[in-house]
Amino acid sequence: MAIWLTKDSKVIVQGMTGSEGSKHTRRMLAAGTNIVGGTNPRKAGQTVDFDGTELPVFATVADAMKETGADVTVIFVPPQFTKAAVIEAIDAGIDLAVVITEGVPVHDTAAFWAYNVAKGERTRIIGPNCPGIASPGASNAGIIPADITGSGRIGLVSKSGTLTYQMMYELRDIGFSTCVGIGGDPIIGTTHIDALAAFEADPETDAIVMIGEIGGDAEERAAEFIKANVTKPVVGYIAGFTAPPGKTMGHAGAIISGSAGTADAKKAALEAVGVKVGKTPTETANLMREIMSNR
Amino acid sequence: MDLYEYQGRDLFERHGLPVLAGGVATTPEEARAIAERLGGRVVVKAQVKVGGRGKAGGVKLAEGAEETVARATDILGMDIKGHTVHKVMITVTADVAEEYYFSYLLDRANRTFLCIASVAGGMDIEQVAAETPDKVVKAPIDANTGVDEAKAREIVAAAGFPAEVADQVVEVAVKLWQAFVAEDATLVEVNPLAKTADGKLLLLDAKVTLDENAAFRHPDHEALVDQAAVDPLEQAAKEKDLNYVKLDGAVGIIGNGAGLVMSTLDVVAYAGERHGGVKPANFLDIGGGASAAVMANGLEIVLSDPSVKSVFVNVFGGITACDAVANGIVQALALLEQRGEQVTKPLVVRLDGNNAEAGRAILDGANNPLIERVDTMDGAAERAAELAAAGV
Repeated sequence: MAIWLTKDSKVIVQGMTGSEGSKHTRRMLAAGTNIVGGTNPRKAGQTVDFDGTELPVFATVADAMKETGADVTVIFVPPQFTKAAVIEAIDAGIDLAVVITEGVPVHDTAAFWAYNVAKGERTRIIGPNCPGIASPGASNAGIIPADITGSGRIGLVSKSGTLTYQMMYELRDIGFSTCVGIGGDPIIGTTHIDALAAFEADPETDAIVMIGEIGGDAEERAAEFIKANVTKPVVGYIAGFTAPPGKTMGHAGAIISGSAGTADAKKAALEAVGVKVGKTPTETANLMREIMSNR
Repeated sequence: MDLYEYQGRDLFERHGLPVLAGGVATTPEEARAIAERLGGRVVVKAQVKVGGRGKAGGVKLAEGAEETVARATDILGMDIKGHTVHKVMITVTADVAEEYYFSYLLDRANRTFLCIASVAGGMDIEQVAAETPDKVVKAPIDANTGVDEAKAREIVAAAGFPAEVADQVVEVAVKLWQAFVAEDATLVEVNPLAKTADGKLLLLDAKVTLDENAAFRHPDHEALVDQAAVDPLEQAAKEKDLNYVKLDGAVGIIGNGAGLVMSTLDVVAYAGERHGGVKPANFLDIGGGASAAVMANGLEIVLSDPSVKSVFVNVFGGITACDAVANGIVQALALLEQRGEQVTKPLVVRLDGNNAEAGRAILDGANNPLIERVDTMDGAAERAAELAAAGV
């Protein structure tokens, strides 16, 4: 069953005709994703050929949903247009919007998030600046490499891209139900807590890996949530133990100022609620391996 | 990007907020000119992006041009918590009767913006917040409805601003919000927001952080970057679109993806504990692509750092397969030689993920004595630290 994205999900791509959008549409199709079309108001009515799969282009998300029954959109439009694209998806009432775009101004993210809240959070937003969501063997919405892992019963939620891939690869023999890359921006639509809650409720997930990094207090809040709500075993990893204060390390969110948001504080918070935290990605994978082999 | 106080003051002034008349000087002579223009008593303030400058002696009063020059001479070049003072801001003085606190900032946890306001502003606001949190109002702001007069009145009432300044605080609150939005700021902080003896409100300090992601709609923000403070290697990397941060160790780091590179720094630092305490020399994320040209640029930057003794290239092949990355590394070294760079520092390369076997075979086939292949991240970090320790 996985969470949020299954083999039955019907996926459209906003920005499908752009260079990133078309490249990743091809990859998602190859991974078995049921892509039913894309949007571009200037190319509405045309079709695009992806290695033999003809995909229709619609003017709007609403049109695409009406014609195809799409319930997931993956957004690849440039940062200048991301806010409008997400609001269009919210207005159309789509279930899931995966925002891959990197470099979205935080005022724009805050604005589309507030808009979504005002509309009753009908749409789940993942991202922005995220690798997307993959349910191995079923569907892949975003840029996560599909072929580095197998399907199984571990759930994975992570702020980071390649670190997620590393973990997926280390545990490829055991496999994953769903891997969610929530992104490292200061404001994101789906949080660690949202994913933890969904994995807890998912009968096809037995245990959860949670990857965090310095900055903010999302991991600390996730720890509180785990204590009160999560019965499945959780293994954690935090990147940035040795990052110097005040330096931004790539992700807009990965910056520490003062004592809050340090890797040590996050590790302590997680360990206090019984989450085993690995010192390196490999050690973390081994902790999960141990849990899965004892089941 | 964090602004200097004088840049924040200018920004506030442009948005119609009440600030003190003043200017910024990089030399005592410039300070003299400003003092003569302003006349009378002035305050000379060190411009550093770190707190506690008042206690460090970086803020002084001066009477007239001669004293201003003397104070500016004292403060320019001063070291405040590791920050050298290159600029001073000189403003007229204000007769302060009360000090308040006012800010707008990002509230990551609640995915919105937050207004923090207090009538107990000034130097000890952190202490006030910790000891008497009821004196500090935290009001969430909806990103789409923002702060209009009604919202501002709510905040002013909740924070308990005195009646005689309420209207002025409302006006400041609305204009400051407009500035916060118009400039794509993630923080505007005024401490103190002062009431003068004659009942006027003034923004006496300015802490402003601007969102670099919004640079595309603010061509004027580029001019606010303090070029003198940018590390030359970081500047060179930026010109090549590389995400590089200079650190103070000896193991050069190249990886793909911010999270993986951050994790690499940790693993190298742990390994360094067993090898004389060597540390990572930098953060360098070459992104998902990792083409030969990008790898060459990355290697060039890392190898040009004299403190680098060994380099750890840590790549996980996801979208980019490892054979392409391996070719990139081999070609990059050839490219550097063509550019006349003498590469002598050892490279420890760890490739994993898609086509890892093919990638490793390419590295082995290249037969380059500088390239050492280690197939696990932890093992490669160990080896890179060992080589750096031997080379120090």
